[in-house]
Amino acid sequence: MTDKPGDGPAGSSGGSAAATFPGGGLGGGRRGPLPYSDVIRERWRRPRFRGELPGAGAVAEDVNPLCGDRVRLMLALEGERVSAARFVGDSCAICAASADVLAELVVGRSRAEALRVEAADLLAVLQADIRPTRMRCVTLPLSVLATALNGKR
Amino acid sequence: MRLDELTRPDFPILERVVNGHPLVYLDSAASSQRPRTVIEAMGQYYARSHANVHRSIHTLGEEATELYEAARDRVQRFIGAQHREEVIFTRGTTDGLSLLAETIGRTLRAGDEVLITELEHHSNIVPWQLATRDRGAVLKAVPLGDDGTLDLEAFERLLTRRTRVVAFAHVSNVLGTINPVARMCARARQAGAFTVVDGAQAAPHLSLDMCALDCDFYAFSAHKMLGPTGIGVLYGRREVLEALEPGRGGSEMIKEVWIDRARWNDLPWRFEPGTPPIAEAVGLSAAIEYLEKLGMEAVAEHEGALTRQTLEGLATIPGVRVYGPPASEARGAVVAFSVEGLHPHDVAALLDAEGIAVRAGHHCAMPLMRRLGVVGTSRASFSVFNSPEEVRHLLAAVGELRTAL
Repeated sequence: MTDKPGDGPAGSSGGSAAATFPGGGLGGGRRGPLPYSDVIRERWRRPRFRGELPGAGAVAEDVNPLCGDRVRLMLALEGERVSAARFVGDSCAICAASADVLAELVVGRSRAEALRVEAADLLAVLQADIRPTRMRCVTLPLSVLATALNGKR
Repeated sequence: MRLDELTRPDFPILERVVNGHPLVYLDSAASSQRPRTVIEAMGQYYARSHANVHRSIHTLGEEATELYEAARDRVQRFIGAQHREEVIFTRGTTDGLSLLAETIGRTLRAGDEVLITELEHHSNIVPWQLATRDRGAVLKAVPLGDDGTLDLEAFERLLTRRTRVVAFAHVSNVLGTINPVARMCARARQAGAFTVVDGAQAAPHLSLDMCALDCDFYAFSAHKMLGPTGIGVLYGRREVLEALEPGRGGSEMIKEVWIDRARWNDLPWRFEPGTPPIAEAVGLSAAIEYLEKLGMEAVAEHEGALTRQTLEGLATIPGVRVYGPPASEARGAVVAFSVEGLHPHDVAALLDAEGIAVRAGHHCAMPLMRRLGVVGTSRASFSVFNSPEEVRHLLAAVGELRTAL
C-alpha cells in the first residue's frame, strides 16, 4: 500500500495564502525573495504528512541544538520500499515544511533511494531563500531519516 | 536630551539598512554594538602601540603593557573592587566561569555540593557539571518560583554544610530577574561556601559595587557592554584568590619554572596564562569610559524605561505572552516573549524582514525553558542606543505576526 498525500490532521490557521504580509507593514519594503515561500507557508498551515503512524517499522527523532526544533519521523516499510511516512514535531515553519516535503518524497522509494534524497531536493520543492543559519532547519528531517533507515548516514 | 538621541550618532552600525529597513538592533543581551571610540581605540592600538605585554623590554612593549594595565585600573574603578589585583582578564564570562569551575573543581571531594539555580545560562551550569562529575560531588539547583524569581526558602534549605560553591546569575538573560546578590552571598558565606556570580547581563546595565555585593567571584564579558569580543573580566576577592592554586598554566602566570615544578606569579597575573587579549583590553577600557560618561544610573533608567514600554506594549497584543517578573519590578533590559502558534525562530525571521534583530531560541538556558514549558522564546533586549520609536516599531510588527505565516 502506498500512502497518498492528503490533508494532515492540523492546519495551524485558515488565512489566505497571499505571498505578501497583511496590513501592508510586515515585508512591505523588503527586497529579494521572502524568507518564507508560498510552499513553506502552505505546508506549515496544511501539512500533508503530519501525524502519527501506528506500527511504523522505522522511527527516529532528533533535535536541532540551535533552536530546540524536534522532529520525529515514522516510516512504514514493505520489504525494502517505504510505503508510508508521517512526522510529528515541535519546530519552526521551515523545519516542519521540510519534514512534510521529505515524507512526500520518500514514499514509494526504496530504502536506498530514500537515503539519496538531499537538501537540494528539498530546497527545490520549498523554493525559498534559506540562509545558512536556517539550513539546519531544512536538513534536520534528513538526518532523522538517515537514523530511521540505517542508524547513521 | 534622551540618552538614545545622545548616543545614536556614535554607533556606526546603526547606519545599516537591513532588508530595506533601517536596522533596529534589539539583541544586545547576546552581543551589543560598539561606539566609534571603542573601534578607534583598538585600531589606534594596533596601528601605533602593539607588542606583547610584560616581557618586551622596548618602547612598544612598555606602551602596550601600560595600556593593558591601565585597562585593569579602569575596570577596578568601574566595578568598585578594592584592589587592582582582584581584576583578572579572561576571554569572556564563559571563560571566567570555566576557569573557576576548573580551579575550584580540583578541590572538590566526594559528597561536596555545588549549588546553582534553575535560571542559569549554560555557561554557569555545564562547567559545574564537569567539575562535580568525576569527583563524586553533587550539583543542585535552586528552583524558580512561578513569579520568575528564585525560591529563596528553597535556597536556604539547599544550602548546607556540604555546599562548597554557590553559583548564580546576577540578572537572568531570559527573564530579566535581578537576583538578591548581596543577600544570597551573605547566606552562602555563613554556610562556608564560595560565591560565584555570573554578571554577564548585569555589567552592561547596572552600577556595580563588588564591596556592596560582597561576592567572592564575579564574571562578565566586554562584548555585551559596548566593548570588543574576546575579553572578559573575572573579579576575585583577594584573600580567596591568594589561597587558590591556579588551574591553568603557561607563560605569564609563573615566576620561575623547573622541569618538574613552578613557582606562581603574583596576582592577578597568576590567573592569566599566555598572551592576553591586549587590544581587547584597550577596547574594553574605551567602552567603560563611554558608559561612565553617560553614567550608569542614566543607562539603567533609559533601558528600564524601554523594558517597561515593551512589557506593557506586548501585554496588550492578543496571543502574545511575556515571561519574567512584572513591569513594576526592577528588571534587566531583556523581554522574552512568545507568539501563539509561531515558533520563536519564525518570529525572529519575520521581524528580521522588517530590519528588527531579536534573539530566538532557548537562549542557552534549556533547563529554564523546560521549567517554563516552552521550546524557546523570542527575546528583545536593549542598550543605550535604543529608542522608544524602535520599541513602537517592534510592537507594531509583533502585532501583525499572528497572521503573517
